[in-house]
Amino acid sequence: MPVIDLAVTPLRDLNSALHAIPPGPNDIAFEVVNPRGSHAVAVGIDAPVAVDVKGSVGYYCAGMNDGGSVTVHGSAGPGVAENMMSGKVVIEGDASQYAGATGRGGLLVIKGNAASRCGISMKGIDIVVHGNIGHMSAFMGQSGHLVVLGDAGDALGDSLYEAKLFVRGTVKSLGSDCIEKEMRPEHLSKLAELLEKAGVKGVRPEEFKRYGSARKLYNFNIDNADAY
Amino acid sequence: MCGIVGLFLKDRSLEPQLGALLSDMLVTMTDRGPDSAGIAIYGAPSRGKAKITIQSATPGADFARLEGALAELDLRVGLTVKSTHAVLEVEADKVDETRAALARLRPGVRIMGSGDSIEIYKETGLPKDVVARFDVRSMAGTHGIGHTRMATESAVTTLGAHPFSTGADQCLVHNGSLSNHNNLRRELVREGMTFETQNDTEVAAAYLSAKLAKGEDLGQALTSALDDLDGFFTFVVGTKSGFGVVRDPIACKPAVMAETDRYVAFGSEYRALVSLPGIEDARVWEPEPATVYFWDHEKAA
Repeated sequence: MPVIDLAVTPLRDLNSALHAIPPGPNDIAFEVVNPRGSHAVAVGIDAPVAVDVKGSVGYYCAGMNDGGSVTVHGSAGPGVAENMMSGKVVIEGDASQYAGATGRGGLLVIKGNAASRCGISMKGIDIVVHGNIGHMSAFMGQSGHLVVLGDAGDALGDSLYEAKLFVRGTVKSLGSDCIEKEMRPEHLSKLAELLEKAGVKGVRPEEFKRYGSARKLYNFNIDNADAY
Repeated sequence: MCGIVGLFLKDRSLEPQLGALLSDMLVTMTDRGPDSAGIAIYGAPSRGKAKITIQSATPGADFARLEGALAELDLRVGLTVKSTHAVLEVEADKVDETRAALARLRPGVRIMGSGDSIEIYKETGLPKDVVARFDVRSMAGTHGIGHTRMATESAVTTLGAHPFSTGADQCLVHNGSLSNHNNLRRELVREGMTFETQNDTEVAAAYLSAKLAKGEDLGQALTSALDDLDGFFTFVVGTKSGFGVVRDPIACKPAVMAETDRYVAFGSEYRALVSLPGIEDARVWEPEPATVYFWDHEKAA
């Protein structure tokens, strides 16, 4: 297993090595030590490689991930797993603002809390947060699932399209055009699948409430002017 | 974008290292603000004495024979020159008189701040050069805050650098931009505050000074700021015995805090904190939006 020490190896060498993995089956795993809050650790992975980062990272860790499996054994700065395409990113600690922003696929698991704007403009990514999330999360979320075991901050799901939001704790306030919706059997089974994939134990899907779009703001309608 | 660092020591054995710890934190934040840097350090006060930090674009001419010129006015001062700045130690009851005398004797001299324990150093240039110029590493103290600036609201000048000090032993650093500072400045001028620059952050500093002058404590003043200041801000504020943090409700300007038994630290990014002793075991968290945090040596004691 290659071990990259960011105290001595430039970040660009790490990311170049991750980008140089040939296609096809392989079981390459990288360990990254001494990240010391560095930005852009393990961005742009496009192969099924595993990366274990031993420590906390700064901005944009695992951004644009496409098929990799990145685990941060620490906390992550703003924009972790931004625009993920596929694969899995696990943050053992907390994540700062806009975790999983604009993600198109894959699974982001945050074992601590996520700050504001978690899943902003999500477009197919699945996000599971074991703790709480901050304000304006899932703003303009288009598709995918945001699962929160703790509480959600202000303006959850503002201007939401078709992302599905599941919150187990309290929601401080719902954003414009976001409403609580009925939990149907297909939602419970999807939720069970996501909890299983995220390694959540001892939590039942029935403990969550589902939130989604009231679909009044999709297109501008003068009758809805008050809702903007 | 700007970088902010702050360190409030609980363990007195760390006090001799305050300048060195803050310097490392500040230099790490160079890429958030390479155009100027500044630092405010709260050192041990001397009984019956106060400090005035002054700055000059022509320190050779302005600081020469300054002690003698003040002595002729019966103002006994101790002068310590550090590059473009100097610290005057004066009798505690002579601060206003000394400031007035300075304005007459040395019109080119700017007052960076004054108080029982605060010293402020700020200049244009890279943080590492600013730190070296003023020998910040050798300074001791109980708490301090620093700032690396990437200017958006006003010119890149010494006076436009942070920290801003608008009251005795008070200072403020800011990451963000205020949108109602012109209106607020007019109101504060009407209340008698004076301003050195067109900078938005100076208005925030003066706003807090005005609130403190009316008897509010730092926590109350920061809570009022959430109602009255419009725009983006992460503020770190110092007073003689305290250290406060507040972010606007939108909270897009980054902030990380760490606390151990020995200190409370603030950084715009976690990178700024990684060299602090015991950081591996610190409680590290992101301050909540629109929430006031403050620590006070006097209240803790």
